Amino acid sequence: MGRLWMNTVPQRWHIDMLMITCPWCGPRDESEFTYGGEANIERPTDPEALDDAAWADYLFMRSNPKGWHEEQWCHAHGCRRWFKAERHTVSYAIRRTWPMDEESS
Amino acid sequence: MQNYSIFNLARHALGGHRGWKPAWREATPKPRYKVIIVGGGGHGLATAYYLAKVHGIRDVAVLEKGWIGGGNTGRNTTIVRSNYLWDASAALYEKSLQLWEGLSQDINYNVMFSQRGVLNLGHNLQDMRDIRRRVNANQLNGVDGEVLDTAGVKRLVPFINTSPDIRYPVLGASWQPRAGIARHDAVAWGYARAADSLGVDIIENCEVTGVRRDNGKVTGVETTRGVIEADRVGVVVAGHAGVLAEMAGFRLPIESHPLQALVSEPLKPILDTVVMSNAIHVYVSQSDKGELVIGAGVDSYTGYGQRGSFQTMEHFLSALIELYPIFSRLRMLRHWGGIVDTAPDASPIISSTPVDGLFFNVGWGTGGFKATPGSGWVFAHTLATGTPHEINAPFSLERFHSGALVDEHGAAAVAH
Ligand SMILES: Cc1cc2nc3c(=O)[nH]c(=O)nc-3n(C[C@H](O)[C@H](O)[C@H](O)COP(=O)(O)OP(=O)(O)OC[C@H]3O[C@@H](n4cnc5c(N)ncnc54)[C@H](O)[C@@H]3O)c2cc1C
Ligand SMILES: [Zn+2]
Repeated sequence: MGRLWMNTVPQRWHIDMLMITCPWCGPRDESEFTYGGEANIERPTDPEALDDAAWADYLFMRSNPKGWHEEQWCHAHGCRRWFKAERHTVSYAIRRTWPMDEESS
Repeated sequence: MQNYSIFNLARHALGGHRGWKPAWREATPKPRYKVIIVGGGGHGLATAYYLAKVHGIRDVAVLEKGWIGGGNTGRNTTIVRSNYLWDASAALYEKSLQLWEGLSQDINYNVMFSQRGVLNLGHNLQDMRDIRRRVNANQLNGVDGEVLDTAGVKRLVPFINTSPDIRYPVLGASWQPRAGIARHDAVAWGYARAADSLGVDIIENCEVTGVRRDNGKVTGVETTRGVIEADRVGVVVAGHAGVLAEMAGFRLPIESHPLQALVSEPLKPILDTVVMSNAIHVYVSQSDKGELVIGAGVDSYTGYGQRGSFQTMEHFLSALIELYPIFSRLRMLRHWGGIVDTAPDASPIISSTPVDGLFFNVGWGTGGFKATPGSGWVFAHTLATGTPHEINAPFSLERFHSGALVDEHGAAAVAH
């Protein structure tokens, strides 16, 4: 496997993997993490009070912005803790990461 | 429209092939159209073509922010099949497959549709049960298919690794003989040319930047080439569905993900079918130029960068060489990515929206190329009449409120 990609993939790809800073473990390769989607989606405290449209909004609708995005990641192959990150969905640059229970901004 | 035929080819050969005209006009936007299509990919162009041809609506513009075929239409791995599990999907993709079968004649453009069959491999008992169930469902819906065992797969692909002690042994496959591949650029160019010849304006380098509304009704769009008014607007922008929805003031159950593919150096003919594997997520076919066309699943995170992540590539290449050790010393030539619009049930949204007169045809995710003709067919009907065709009625935005999802995740084998 190693030989295969060394032969075929231009050098710059080696640095193209995301470097994600786990709030507890520090900077690690993207391959140690799993993605958990858009952040700050709160489960309605009183689901009975919601109509179908409001429930669908909570369950399925996403902002899916082209630009900065607050999202959830889990350091699955490390400390296994969830945290939030602000990542740009075009450049993939990560501006900051912070623990789940801290305020966004 | 200048006809493409052997006679015209001979005639133009005498003139040193200097007499060919551009396949479509370079149209300047008019201030107003009956219908505006946002997005000049295969789906948008097919929609425009069937609007003009089937519904007689020719006052149509297709607005494309880049160039025709520069989106997913020109970036996909061209697998065409219709062996989806649920009735609603089977009807949609089978309608499309039937249109594929006559497409080159219909639009007088060779889309090189090659019905070389598609295999979806099974690697464990549950895979095989799912395959059997899906093939049964396909047969009940009049979609061709059969279940093959390991030997049956080996007969079609003699060099596949069928040893029982690999990590994911090949236990069998579903086989759809009428499935295959097509030339993706030709599909975009062919539909563009055919729509243009019926009077549709194809406007490239024209990005839609806003959706104009009055009292909850669409009145037109703002673009980098000015405001253009319309009675109805159809949005067919694949990976940018969320961006357009935001312009129109609502959200969609869609997330955009990078999906990548690559091609190898050309080989002599070795693989005359398409082989896909859901479980280990790699699929491969051989193009007419001899290159292996190889793809995999999406990157896990959302993204609008048209490139794929490295570990996804590593993952599907290791799957590739376990299944086909013979490919292990191949060099790869090109690698690219597209942005795919994925819905929670892995089915498209072909639907009216909260804005009157504004319709969306999005959410095709990793598998919409095969649906290009059928998608255009039903969306043209929807735009012409203001109501869905019976085939796309189940694919409304409403389904996320009612809960009547068309869950093709896994059900339809690999979602390409
Ligand atoms: C790597 C890869 C492999 C794939 N493999 C397969 C496969 O094997 N089989 C299969 O069936 N499907 C496959 N797909 C999926 C398939 O490519 C898509 O579902 C399908 O091509 C979508 O067609 P479209 O015409 O809607 O999209 P596109 O061709 O992407 O067209 C949308 C157009 O909208 C334009 N646009 C966006 N925003 C704006 C705006 N604001 N204003 C104006 N224009 C705008 C874009 O520039 C683009 O040209 C694959 C996709 C990828 C990326
Ligand atoms: Zn950690």
